[in-house]
Amino acid sequence: MLFRTPTGMSRRHFMQHLASASAFSGSALALGHTLQLNASELARNQKSAILLWMGGGPSTIDIWDLKPNSANSGPFKPIATKGDMQICEHMPMTAQVMDKLSIVRSMSTREADHDRGRYYMHTGYVPNPNIEHPSYGAVIAHELFGQRRDLDIPPFVAVGGSSEGPGFLGMAWAPFTVNSNGQVRNLNMQMDPERFALRLNALSRLEKKFIEENRGTAALEHAKVIEKTVNLMSSQQMAAFRVDDEPQELKERYGQNNFGRGCMLARRLVQAGVPFVGVDLGGWGNHKGIFPTLQNDRLPTLDRAMSALVEDLDNRGLLQNTAIIWMGEFGRTPRINGTAGRDHWARGWSVVVGGAGFKGGITVGATNDDGTDVVGTSYSSEDLMASVCHSLGISLETTFYSRSGRPMKIANSGKVIKELFA
Amino acid sequence: MDKYRRLVQMPCRHTLTSLFRVCFVFNLGFAWTCFAQTDLVHRGVPEQVQQINQLVAEQWQAYNLRPSPPASDAEWCRRIYLDILGRIPRVEELDDFLGSKDKDKRSQLVNRLLYDDTYTEEYARNWTTLWTNLLIGRTGGTDNNSQISREGMQKYLRDSFARNKPYHRMVYELVTATGSPAPRNANFNGAVNFLIDKVNMDDAAQATAATTKTFLGLQVQCTQCHNHPFNEWKQDKYWEINAFFRQTRARNAGRRAAAMNETAELVDVDYRGPAGIQDSAEIYYDLRNGEVAVAYPVFVDGTSIERDGRVDVVNRRQKLGELIVESPYLGMTMVNRTWAHFLGYGFTKPVDDMGPHNPPSHPELLEYLTNEFRKYDYDLRSLITWIVLSQPYALSSKISAGNKSDDPLLGETPKFSRFYVRQMRAEELYESLVVATQAEGTQGSYEEQERQKNLWLRQFASAFGTDEGDETTTFNGTIPQVLMMFNGELMRAATSSDRGSLIARLANNPRLKDRDRFVYLFKAGLSRTPTRDELNLCEEILKINRGNQTEALKDVWWTILNTNEFIFNH
Repeated sequence: MLFRTPTGMSRRHFMQHLASASAFSGSALALGHTLQLNASELARNQKSAILLWMGGGPSTIDIWDLKPNSANSGPFKPIATKGDMQICEHMPMTAQVMDKLSIVRSMSTREADHDRGRYYMHTGYVPNPNIEHPSYGAVIAHELFGQRRDLDIPPFVAVGGSSEGPGFLGMAWAPFTVNSNGQVRNLNMQMDPERFALRLNALSRLEKKFIEENRGTAALEHAKVIEKTVNLMSSQQMAAFRVDDEPQELKERYGQNNFGRGCMLARRLVQAGVPFVGVDLGGWGNHKGIFPTLQNDRLPTLDRAMSALVEDLDNRGLLQNTAIIWMGEFGRTPRINGTAGRDHWARGWSVVVGGAGFKGGITVGATNDDGTDVVGTSYSSEDLMASVCHSLGISLETTFYSRSGRPMKIANSGKVIKELFA
Repeated sequence: MDKYRRLVQMPCRHTLTSLFRVCFVFNLGFAWTCFAQTDLVHRGVPEQVQQINQLVAEQWQAYNLRPSPPASDAEWCRRIYLDILGRIPRVEELDDFLGSKDKDKRSQLVNRLLYDDTYTEEYARNWTTLWTNLLIGRTGGTDNNSQISREGMQKYLRDSFARNKPYHRMVYELVTATGSPAPRNANFNGAVNFLIDKVNMDDAAQATAATTKTFLGLQVQCTQCHNHPFNEWKQDKYWEINAFFRQTRARNAGRRAAAMNETAELVDVDYRGPAGIQDSAEIYYDLRNGEVAVAYPVFVDGTSIERDGRVDVVNRRQKLGELIVESPYLGMTMVNRTWAHFLGYGFTKPVDDMGPHNPPSHPELLEYLTNEFRKYDYDLRSLITWIVLSQPYALSSKISAGNKSDDPLLGETPKFSRFYVRQMRAEELYESLVVATQAEGTQGSYEEQERQKNLWLRQFASAFGTDEGDETTTFNGTIPQVLMMFNGELMRAATSSDRGSLIARLANNPRLKDRDRFVYLFKAGLSRTPTRDELNLCEEILKINRGNQTEALKDVWWTILNTNEFIFNH
């Protein structure tokens, strides 16, 4: 057998059918429908991370690090929060949970192009034509997967858009992309499980031949992904994706939009034991007319969902084990341009973290009075990634080896941002 | 020609000329169009093929590599159908080729796929698909928020590839097009779809970036706001190219107009610049220190054009089109792109980021093919012929003892000592399934077929949410793809035994023995006959199905289509 036998009750039956090529008899199996998901128990003491990815580059000077006395200030006013900081007036609900989140106001990076910035912020490495680095999701899933061998859901789930890939860690650590409705297409085998088992068995034999012909790693990866897919299809854990099962009240609390649903789905997945979930909110590339877009569209969506997520995780006792990371590719220019927009700005901007081992309610670092530059120590993508790993109890001594055997320290040897930890 | 000479002789103070010194010394002695189009594939091996073989082999020697043995005829045949037509060969086509005893059968097949009328539609469809994705992305024109007409883009491209329009003509038309995007519009010009949604926003930032990247292999987008971090691009360069697009406007191109069904139009109008100086229409841009700088249209090689903003004095986009067509980067980028299409990797990675910061793996070969491509009047079919008849393209994908180290996945530059295995694109899978299940012609008109395919493809496209419309595909060997292959509707149709289906036809053909039917499925899916082991497996499956042919064939066909061997181009 090429495909490893996975664990799990109903699957054991299923796999018995797989184990013998001619076993085409016996009773039908009920897969994935009977057993209740006992998720909260599963998730106890397991660390997870949720990345809220703001595609396009969010204007952090208008959200987390306002400069009311500068010519660069937009029209938004700062308001007090439950934490030791002020944030934008259009984030009132999030202000109420800022005691659980902290802002790093001294991010300073060099990649102000979308593709490059996305890559750098997701991996801790600048793009390099000769190697593909693993992203947050792949790294964290890879490191935390050992804590939950019973997990059938892929350990790296991307809700909405699509996250950066697994790089040299291989397709087995690639993001499993779903939409915010939690709908997984083509999940139901359209036939008798025994027949499906027969086909899989035959497939395993054909796959093996091609793999043994030594045509490179892709063939083997294909078999691994098939194995994971089979696990997924026969798993009762898939109930975690049924975001529609949540009570109406909670759906409204998160917001009835893709991002709101995505955040709610993220909570369900974390609860089911998934170590890494990415949720995307795009549309931050506001080169023109930035302020109405932020005030009427992006910020209300973000405020509702982000605050709901923190609250919901906290209410369920999951926040202490779940790191939240809010970031985009870069920030936006402090100077407002000729078309009332802001352009790309990587030199000084903010990210937000919370949960897991992170201290809440504080700010780290600062920018100068007009927001153009960091004052004092600045932090990089590597440092942020190191801090997130640290918050999840992942050792920073962890070393990966590229396919060519080159050793690479986790988070590209970034340094933990000490202030974020008690 | 003059402009071209000037460009090459220009002093090296300029960024780009330094690249020419490194990897590019042009032979100016050639005559451009003296080669007739028809006589490109001679009996015997074209000179260009020999050159490719030699220049690639030189690197094998230098790196002490022994190439893999040649691929079998059947493997080569499957490759060439996939790469030229975008689908695997039919059983009859495969049998024809394998049955031929002609020594020259490979170049005959290439000739047939490229020049025979029977294949024109499929050839044009495949290259149209590739170029549509390149020019407007996988999602361009698939929602109601934009005036891009995917259909219009494809109509234009199909026409260009079917008629074998020289590549530089096509690029000139895409860069300079005016008119309306959709075929139903009065002044329809499908070529406008490339730029129609890239000129209005953000001072035509996307038009600037996409044009230089797609056609010249130069990535200038970072320099919009600052000097490039590691190539020698300066911020002024970006804005000087950008200035070429300032006369261009997309009328009725916004969401509202799209919703109102108003006809969009790409036009050139007089540009006055912020200062209103008509005969010297400038643009301003912000430096990072907050100061403002001025720019006029200057091409990447330093060629300036008149600064007048009036269209009837100087049409900036037409000037840009002329300069692009004269640029050596035009051919170089296309050669690189085309090589990567067939061999799996280009001479640079990515193929559209060239320059001194990213030296090519085979500079001499790249230069040689660029020159030849230009000599042959940018004839894509000639370029394809040279590449697919070459030795590297014909090598086995099996790794051998002599070339283990030639693995681009290990971060090595590709040496092409074996054929690198790669996955089919979603479109290739779709078309292959149509052909393999003999479902052609059962889905209505060409437009209807394309509509169905696009509907199916949409499930794999996802956007990154940036203002540049970056996107990716989930048809990339991950779980959603396998789920689709296991359980998807398309696969259910492909493996059904409904009336008229492949399975039904096989099962009901009384002249076939059990074994013949299984052999046929292996040939249809994998372009080879089954091994003894595999035939035994088929027999077992037949037995488990209690002798029911139809059901056994369904099981075997599903299995074949789900293999690594099927989904990979090897």
